[in-house]
Amino acid sequence: MTQANLPAWARLRVSRRHEKFIQVLLFLCAALSVLTTAAIILVLLGNAVYAPGAKKAFFEHVSVWEFLTGTHWKPVEGESGRFGILPLLSGTVMVAVIASLVSVPAGLGAAIYMSEYAAPAEREFLKPVLEVLAGIPSVVYGFFALKFITPWILKPALSLFGLDLGTFNVLSAGIVVGIMVTPLIASLSEDVIRSVPRSLREAAYALGSTRFDVSARVVVPAALSGILAAFLLAFSRAIGETMAVVIAGGQQPIATLNPLRGAQTMTSFMVHASTGDSAADSISRMSIYAIGITLFVITLTINLISGWILRRYREVYQ
Amino acid sequence: MIRPASDRNKAEIAQVKSAGTASAAITSPIVERQNTNANRAVSFISGADRHIRRRLMLSRIFAAVCRFATYSAMAILIVLLVAIVWSSVDRLALDFVTNTNSTNPTRAGILAGVWGSFWLILFTALFSVPVGVGSAVYLEEIAKDSFLVRLIKVNLANLAGVPSIVYGILGYTVFRSSAAALGLLFDGHHVVGMAGLFRIRLSKLPIYEDNILVGALTLTLVILPTVIAASQEALRSVPSSIRVASLALGATRWQTIWRQVIPAALPGISTGVILSTSRAIGEAAPLIMLGALTYTSMCPGSIDSPTKLLTRPSQVLHAPLDQFTAMPIEIYDWSKQPDSRFTAVAASGIVVLLIVLLSINSVAMIVRHYASRRLKW
Amino acid sequence: MPTITSGNVPPSVAGVDRELDMSAHSAAIEARRLNFFYGEHQVLFDVSLTVPERSVTALIGPSGCGKSTFLRTLNRMNDLIEGSRCQGEILVEGQNIMDPAVDVVLLRKHVGMVFQKSTPFPKSIFDNVAYGPRVAGEKNRAVLADLVESCLKKAALWEEVKDRLTTSAMSLSGGQQQRLCIARTLATNPRIILMDEPASALDPASTDRIENLIGELCANYTIVIVTHNMQQASRVSHQTAFFYKGQMVETGPTMKIFTHPSEKQTEDYITGRFG
Repeated sequence: MTQANLPAWARLRVSRRHEKFIQVLLFLCAALSVLTTAAIILVLLGNAVYAPGAKKAFFEHVSVWEFLTGTHWKPVEGESGRFGILPLLSGTVMVAVIASLVSVPAGLGAAIYMSEYAAPAEREFLKPVLEVLAGIPSVVYGFFALKFITPWILKPALSLFGLDLGTFNVLSAGIVVGIMVTPLIASLSEDVIRSVPRSLREAAYALGSTRFDVSARVVVPAALSGILAAFLLAFSRAIGETMAVVIAGGQQPIATLNPLRGAQTMTSFMVHASTGDSAADSISRMSIYAIGITLFVITLTINLISGWILRRYREVYQ
Repeated sequence: MIRPASDRNKAEIAQVKSAGTASAAITSPIVERQNTNANRAVSFISGADRHIRRRLMLSRIFAAVCRFATYSAMAILIVLLVAIVWSSVDRLALDFVTNTNSTNPTRAGILAGVWGSFWLILFTALFSVPVGVGSAVYLEEIAKDSFLVRLIKVNLANLAGVPSIVYGILGYTVFRSSAAALGLLFDGHHVVGMAGLFRIRLSKLPIYEDNILVGALTLTLVILPTVIAASQEALRSVPSSIRVASLALGATRWQTIWRQVIPAALPGISTGVILSTSRAIGEAAPLIMLGALTYTSMCPGSIDSPTKLLTRPSQVLHAPLDQFTAMPIEIYDWSKQPDSRFTAVAASGIVVLLIVLLSINSVAMIVRHYASRRLKW
Repeated sequence: MPTITSGNVPPSVAGVDRELDMSAHSAAIEARRLNFFYGEHQVLFDVSLTVPERSVTALIGPSGCGKSTFLRTLNRMNDLIEGSRCQGEILVEGQNIMDPAVDVVLLRKHVGMVFQKSTPFPKSIFDNVAYGPRVAGEKNRAVLADLVESCLKKAALWEEVKDRLTTSAMSLSGGQQQRLCIARTLATNPRIILMDEPASALDPASTDRIENLIGELCANYTIVIVTHNMQQASRVSHQTAFFYKGQMVETGPTMKIFTHPSEKQTEDYITGRFG
């Protein structure tokens, strides 16, 4: 019996049931994201603490305390293996800090310029430029750092001060990561700066302010928490950045604060460990889960703080 | 039009008109000025007050610094492009896109990577579009504000910030292992395996653990939060009058969504989907974590030309379960070669990758352009 | 043939003599044949108006008549609007402020402005009042403290906030915020204060306080106030100017405008036949 033959009330019920089914299906699509998060935590944490069969998991070899406080990273089997994450953490933080030193002034300056100074036509032209900059893949920035910034810019510049720069170095990696996250800071900060009410700017002008006074003493302070949220998000992005750092930053897991040398970050170690010829159940491979969960927890924490600040900021002006 | 003070040029600032106005540069403390309010002579002429001159100078310097920050982004973009094109001249030629990889830098080409990226993107789009648009429709059109929905929204915002390499670990552990299990189940041979259930022997093609589908599923997880966000934005921009009008005509909620809202949002959705999918083309880290090949001269399913897509159906069937490499992976591999002749190869790879990205983005721009002309709210 | 008697006009606030002929006072502001355009759209037509020193001038008229635009030309706030254009002369204390050599920063210090919506900065009460002097370069904390106190006293807010100067200005009530904005304007030491419907968003009690404040301030400051509320205009002003469709129809001592307007349009507006 086709639908057309059914009485009107029954047709409605069929279509209702049909709709219910679609709604459930769509809900499952949306719920998939929660499942993904759960899977990330379960898979990373689970594999870090438990391995099936006779094989021992990473945290069965190494205590959590040793992992978090150890200052040597030498992921090999047997007695000589050392599994302290601090060298990788120091490399990661160094890259992220250098990236912030580049991207925070550049991104904030661009945001202020686009929201307070640029004419609409100029803004229409600048926004796509920043979008393109943000859309260039990470490997391309890695190549740019390794083959251009290091040999053609940093080496000659530093040699003027008698400083020697390694072929692989944290400085160039940090600089390109900074370039990569600048558009993120610029566009997020511009959004929050624009949301500062126009009346506040007018009031400041009416009190005899120059544009600098308006921007630096009224608008930016009013948008400060939102801008801070943008910085945090960019910092977390820099921590998780992989290919540019792998290509340009080097692979030496040494606890150092010298940006002129190469260093290994959490992400570049993970790439190194999966491209090496170590066996799938080697300790080096197993350590990926422990480092992965560390990376996940760090970036998630920063993102959550950033989101919380941003929500509170929005409440002020809405 | 009179421009604000800070924009005015130096000459105007320096210009002091004296006619009839006694320019009194008041330097006494502010309180004193307050008391002598009644009989003070003032001049509004630029440069009359030394302090204000200094502030205007500061304002102009600040503007120049901000402008510099903005335009240096553009300068970097130009330098980057010029540097890459310049480095590529030693290798970039037609045979670079028709050759597969080689240990000889003068012969190495990117064909395997192009085909790998093609298959990856095809399946990534196939997986991520229905799920992504479906999630967005649920969140924007159906969901009521409940704890679960808020959890999903917060979770999506945070997933977008998860480093892509973490998805690589997830893909390695879940999808790759599933593929391995599937391989075991079917004796490692898929066409044989599937047909084998019906005791029909077609051909014997192997299942690989690190296959295209595993890569595409992983990339889907990477871009899904972006696809959902872009689709949500497109749905939000559909005016609610359309929904109300459709519901008022007796359409059900789903009919309204399917026949009115989604078609109206389609240009926005497609632009967003194209742009986020193009992000997947540049992703190397999660694929490397999966164990994708860094050096191979084989295209997935041995399909190395578009005509074979039509003439070799069994190979087409095989391609999704074949091993692969991708453009960004090959670029990474060439970049780290000690032989400096590979620099030109890597640069040529980047040129090809950027051209592909540019073409895809242009498609998105064209869609946006035509859609915005057709539909104006 | 007057249609209104002086009995219908509400009593003025203390300090405002509405019968006084102000033409003997020297002019604080003189606008001469002012034309103003937003792009191609002309919003002011040949407006001429003289504002006497240390008095209150009310600008009244229906919405969109150009009174706010006129007010904003007096300290060149319209400069901030993209594509706006102004012709004519405005003399403030004898100087033409339309002159390109005029420094708007100096001008706006001299010609302060209070807006319809109170616009406290998201800073402390103290920092709000100290903003103007600070951008002008005053750093001495003691000087600033004295200044903040005297301005808050002048704005009749000191008693309410003296114990919480460091709390956020956003925590004040709407009426308090508006008086804070007046105090903030006073702190830049202006001689002229422009007010754009300063009480329209406030409750009657707060409105009353603002009106009395205006009566006190006009002893030392020249005040130009835009208002929708005709009772308010009649209560607080010495002189009233009626705007209609971008033109200044009529001006004169407030009592005369409200009892013996010479133009038919003014009379219609004041008696509420349109508006």
